[in-house]
Amino acid sequence: MNILIQHGHVIDPANNVDANLDVYVANGKIAALGNAPIGFKADQTIDATGLIVAPGLVDLSVRLREPGFEYKATLNSELQAATAGGVTSLACPPDTEPTLDEPGLVEMLRYRAKKLNLAHVYPLGALTRQLQGKNLTEMCELTEAGCVGFTQADFPIVDTQILWRAFEYAATFGYTMFLRAEDPYLAKDGVAHDGEVASRLGLKGIPAAAESLALATLLRIARETGTRLHIQRLSTAEGVALVRQAKQQGQAVTADVSTQHLHLTELDIGFFNTLTHIRPPLRTQRDQFALCEGVKDGTIDAICSDHSPVDDDAKLLPFAEAEAGASAVELLLPLALKWASQHNLSLTDAIARITSAPANIMGIPAGTLGINHCADIVIFNAETYWKVEAKQLKSQGKNTPFLNLELAGRVHYTLVEGLITYEPSSPN
Amino acid sequence: MHNPQLHADGRLKHLLSIEGLPKRILNDILDTAESFVGVAEREVKKVPLLRGKTVCNIFFENSTRTRTTFEIAAKRLSADVLNLNVSTSSQSKGETILDTVNNLIAMHADMFVVRHNQSGAAHLIAQHVPDHISVINAGDGRHAHPTQGLLDVFTIRKYKPDMHNLRIAIVGDVLHSRVARSEIHALTTLGVPEVRVIAPKTLLPSNVEKLGVQVFHDMRAGLKDVDVVMMLRLQNERMTGAMLPSPQEYFKTYGLTQEKLRLAKPDAIVMHPGPMNRGVEIDSSVADGLQSVILPQVTYGIAVRMAVMAILAGGGQA
Repeated sequence: MNILIQHGHVIDPANNVDANLDVYVANGKIAALGNAPIGFKADQTIDATGLIVAPGLVDLSVRLREPGFEYKATLNSELQAATAGGVTSLACPPDTEPTLDEPGLVEMLRYRAKKLNLAHVYPLGALTRQLQGKNLTEMCELTEAGCVGFTQADFPIVDTQILWRAFEYAATFGYTMFLRAEDPYLAKDGVAHDGEVASRLGLKGIPAAAESLALATLLRIARETGTRLHIQRLSTAEGVALVRQAKQQGQAVTADVSTQHLHLTELDIGFFNTLTHIRPPLRTQRDQFALCEGVKDGTIDAICSDHSPVDDDAKLLPFAEAEAGASAVELLLPLALKWASQHNLSLTDAIARITSAPANIMGIPAGTLGINHCADIVIFNAETYWKVEAKQLKSQGKNTPFLNLELAGRVHYTLVEGLITYEPSSPN
Repeated sequence: MHNPQLHADGRLKHLLSIEGLPKRILNDILDTAESFVGVAEREVKKVPLLRGKTVCNIFFENSTRTRTTFEIAAKRLSADVLNLNVSTSSQSKGETILDTVNNLIAMHADMFVVRHNQSGAAHLIAQHVPDHISVINAGDGRHAHPTQGLLDVFTIRKYKPDMHNLRIAIVGDVLHSRVARSEIHALTTLGVPEVRVIAPKTLLPSNVEKLGVQVFHDMRAGLKDVDVVMMLRLQNERMTGAMLPSPQEYFKTYGLTQEKLRLAKPDAIVMHPGPMNRGVEIDSSVADGLQSVILPQVTYGIAVRMAVMAILAGGGQA
């Protein structure tokens, strides 16, 4: 199957391409950019006039909820959502039921995802069995089964001795640790940033220091043990400063931030809006500004959706009892574009943070339109605004704090391995 | 952001929190309460303002005093009263808050009085009731206890009518106290120029000064020349542990004694939302002393709750 994508504006940060070029896809791979390869005959032509053609997006955190939480979301619904949002490769955390801590489970998940022919799924394996922070998982076996790194999801290791050993073991084989920095004691029972809003609303707070204390520990242990560390979901100004400092000292550390933290603050909690109950909590305007600046100067390498679909009932509870998380994979592109336009940055800047940068962190051959690479492509209109409405979202979780917001950046086509997996008119 | 407590025309729709209510509404409630104080002294302690209406007290958290005063208030307004104690433990196994509420809506209740151990529970319910039903927050987690805040300012107004000329100290566990938050909002809205909070750092929420209060850790300095001392209840489970070492040390540092009270103005009044821990936050001689207005608080509480219900039901003066 050969596809010709005509008259589009190609932006491919990985290869420094920013030009009006035709894209030729053959046998699931990028065959050429610009001039047709000899003998190329298109089976299908996509007219991309006025549209941007970019590498398919790469998302560092998408909860698929399978196995175990099918009432929140299913592999099918969330991978449909991913491709509707232009995401063609994603990392999924292991906090499922059962936990992704055994090779068989990882293989099964990848097999089932593959059969759906939607986005590529790259599991993050559990660092410790059942994420209990006690016994290491079989990291080599899990890597062979397809894991691209190891994480504790929202269950930080309490015992620093175990943490240290986990780092050493991972470093032995060159695996990357994907960890969120949060001191479990300071964050205990907390549901909002420990500041003015939480004090007013009577919500238990999580101080900014919960992040910086844990972060200092993680950075230090990573440095001592020579482990590649990826910090997930930075949320505070102090956290950004610590990562910046570590990078300046030459440490092999990367970081991401969620689209929610780039655009919202504690003030958005309003009158106990449970859709803004997310983890880590939304912080102050000062923190939000520092996060945006951190992405701008490269301290924060990538933007992710931290997609966490939940069922409606889980949000129809008092704020603290409502389940944390936002359904966000379909908004990764528009929210990254919004960040770039707010900071007078180019489309290339935005796209790099959601394609090549996260692909490098995961160490996967994605986020590029390089010749002979897998033809994972997103074609979108960067200018048309659309309104975020629950009924439009393909994700089973309608829990987005951005409901009713008008956003620019609408996906027209998503191609995975050279096949169109999403177009707006498709019946799914 | 639309204020969920108000109708589009600015009238009170629900009473969820003092925060965000204009002074006009607070004064309206206090003035209406004034007219209800006399009702209890009549031979027939009833007015017909809520005749034919059903008030439903839904208490997801145990309470005797607050529930009783709401019940008396509703009955004195001639309403039918339904009391429902839903223990949160049995609730967590099945029915959600909204299930419970929807069942009561189906029974044609007109007004809900709600208490819950989670901040924001009353807002959640208010968002999901049909237009004709009003919700009164009788305490949600650490967030708000607006009728307590109102009855406290009502009591203060009775003894110290010039609110614009007062210095008031709130003493104790502000961190966990919905009462303190409601008191602070009520006092600052009504124009009290100086509201102080006195507590150890472990019992103060972060950025508490943003609520418009001055912070004191030294009780003696904080009580100096105040007109009103509002004590807060210290929960048993917080008397020992990481917040405080012992009730004895707490009494020594933050308990109200005659000796400390002498630092306040000679005519200062002493208040407490009850139930009191004698010998922990307050000495018996102070609680039962001449400056104590703790029992009048309870009496006025009924009038204030009657006023809130009457205003929400669209009625006015007695």
